[in-house]
Amino acid sequence: MSTTAFVSIGDLKKGRAAVSQILETAAAGGCSTSGGEGKASCGSSGGPEDMPAEIWEKVKNHPCYSEEAHHHYARMHVAVAPACNIQCNYCNRKYDCSNESRPGVVSQKLTPDQAVKKVLAVASEIPQMTVLGIAGPGDALANPAKTFETFRRLQEEAPDIKLCLSTNGLQLPQYVDEICKYNIDHVTITINMVDPRVGAQIYPWIFWDHRRVTGLEAATILHEQQMKGLEMLTARGVLTKINSVLIPGINDEHLIKVNREVKKRGAFLHNIMPLISEAEHGTHFGLTGQRGPTAQELKEVQDACMGGANLMRHCRQCRADAVGLLGEDRSDEFTLDKIAEMDVVYDLDKRRAYQQQVEVERQKQHAAKVDARQAAQADDGVEADLTLLVAVATEGQGKVNQHFGHATEFQIYELGKGEATFVGHRRVDLYCQGGYGEDEQLPSIVNAINDCHAVLVSKIGACPRDELKAAGIEPVDEYAHEFIEKAALSWFAGYRARVAAGEIAHTPRGDASIRQGAFTGATEAAA
Amino acid sequence: MALKIIASMCTGCSACEPECPNVAIREKGGTFIIDPAKCTECEGHFDAPQCIAVCPVDGCIKKA
Repeated sequence: MSTTAFVSIGDLKKGRAAVSQILETAAAGGCSTSGGEGKASCGSSGGPEDMPAEIWEKVKNHPCYSEEAHHHYARMHVAVAPACNIQCNYCNRKYDCSNESRPGVVSQKLTPDQAVKKVLAVASEIPQMTVLGIAGPGDALANPAKTFETFRRLQEEAPDIKLCLSTNGLQLPQYVDEICKYNIDHVTITINMVDPRVGAQIYPWIFWDHRRVTGLEAATILHEQQMKGLEMLTARGVLTKINSVLIPGINDEHLIKVNREVKKRGAFLHNIMPLISEAEHGTHFGLTGQRGPTAQELKEVQDACMGGANLMRHCRQCRADAVGLLGEDRSDEFTLDKIAEMDVVYDLDKRRAYQQQVEVERQKQHAAKVDARQAAQADDGVEADLTLLVAVATEGQGKVNQHFGHATEFQIYELGKGEATFVGHRRVDLYCQGGYGEDEQLPSIVNAINDCHAVLVSKIGACPRDELKAAGIEPVDEYAHEFIEKAALSWFAGYRARVAAGEIAHTPRGDASIRQGAFTGATEAAA
Repeated sequence: MALKIIASMCTGCSACEPECPNVAIREKGGTFIIDPAKCTECEGHFDAPQCIAVCPVDGCIKKA
């Protein structure tokens, strides 16, 4: 059995009790409830020691469900579901759905047949692609025929790929049986409220039972369907992720209640995402001046939900036809024209062999993280609760391995004594364009990581180095190609030593801005 | 008595197509069209035309 390579003996023992544990976990109130020997704190960054083997098998190579996996494994979305059955005030259907994908951009719509061809082509080219999702551009379950035809064929033709879908939940209860039939063991539900009075400010209408329903009635129906659907999936052992769009002044504090309610119903992960509302996207919120949250506002709500359902902080709000690691988008390489010219061989053994290599890398990253945390436990004379943020430039494998000038996003880690925790990412405009640094881009990069004390990169030019220093952000390239957590904690140990020696004084940093308009991919950003 | 889709406003999302009780809607060149010979504006089927109720673009579907 190939799985034995990834799971320790202790986990195999736990595995027997896994199924009943999922149900117990749900009954006991969802995630992070510890119960006896096999504790079920199913943290998104958790490793095999933190969760039952059954769940670990489902998440270990799913980039959206495991923060650790997202450094190593890739996903793709196929845009076979253009129709939607509700209207959201943050969405303009001239473009893709903005909660599940990048606003302002239209995905190339595919038929199920085209979608299957594309998946096989990508799976051959990118063997670490382990997950296929249907996320729109409308709602997966408002297009049931196309969605399930795609899943049915993929289950036959690419049996090793994990299937998942995302939905607003309106039609979810009706399709739970179908979802289980195709072994879809990950479902994302977008839940922005658990109080219809809040919902009425977010959803102008829904299409329900052959009627357009508006106002409080619409929000009440949607809420009831979402809760029912979530409970049904939990009862069937399907892992669920709840996406919530943080809309300042409408549902910011309310999301703490949402977190509590979804945890109670067995949600595995909660992903709180910032509202994107540029006026040019033509959404209701965009046109009426409803702003999105700052980085600090987002983090405050996320932190307030800690201890509830586990939080996902590595979401990139990627588009409905995205391909690649979460921080990248290689969809341009797989357009219909290009796929037609490819010689596609779906080689299951080759994919497995490659993925075993990826798994070795990921285990190394995990081991380095554990070592670095232990090494950082010693008393160094600095107050134990000193924490700060650092930005990291990485192109995958969990390492500090990207040139500052090539970064289109930075990963943000919160460092405390012996702890390096991934807390999010920031998109930036590419600094380096065709070999020359663009000095006008630097202020926007500084704004995006202004709450960080340092930025860890593999390399950085002299000019941006000086300007970052002037802005109070320390550029660090001593840890090039090391694992992120080890590098960050090593730098942090040095920082604390400097504070202890009185060389520097620790001062808090300011807030940072969240770049509007989601990830655009390196090629487009450079154009 | 029939409805028509304003092609320049249609996003091609296909939401209307399966809702039509008369199977009068089909895709043509990326957007959707209504066959006026089949369209009854949903009279006898529903209180309101289904395509208008489900369409995400207000004003996209009008009386022909």
